[in-house]
Amino acid sequence: MADDVIAQIEDKVKNNKVMLYMKGTADFPQCGFSAHTVEILKSYGVPFATEDVLADPAVRDGIKRYSSWPTIPQVYIDGKFVGGCDILHELHERGELEPLLKAAFAK
Amino acid sequence: MITPQEIKDTLGKALPVSLVEAQDLTGGGDHWQVIIVSAAFEGKGLVDQHRMVNEALKEPIEDRRIHALALKTYSPAQWEKLGS
Repeated sequence: MADDVIAQIEDKVKNNKVMLYMKGTADFPQCGFSAHTVEILKSYGVPFATEDVLADPAVRDGIKRYSSWPTIPQVYIDGKFVGGCDILHELHERGELEPLLKAAFAK
Repeated sequence: MITPQEIKDTLGKALPVSLVEAQDLTGGGDHWQVIIVSAAFEGKGLVDQHRMVNEALKEPIEDRRIHALALKTYSPAQWEKLGS
């Protein structure tokens, strides 16, 4: 069972250029950190997929094990874990997020 | 609850830190923003840098003395660039 969740996460992370695991949905975030993360991603005008961890406790637990990262939201770009809200915000401020997204969508 | 000094001491034992600034965000002693400058961050991505800090503060995080932790991590070179 547990491995099914990891396989399902792996599939989504690999098949979406930008994948966001969050609390709530992009339109109705259920947490301030998730909301801010959505806001940052939206500001680049790139498509991104989301999954609501509140809808499935197995995913909520699985995503933390998948990345060995204790908190949600979690952003994956081009199949790689980029960070949570803090790190995304920091990369955005440092101007390092745009090249990451550009590289992902150039492929 | 934890004090800024305890945060500094715990980090200082685990990492070669040149600056630690811990700010109590709510006054409750459990929501912190911490700025850390360490030579150990040199050449590492933010995920790795944050992992190192989370690992160093594992105990107070797990026993809930720290409930929320916002991190700003810099290598000495990055920190210097920021100030100039």
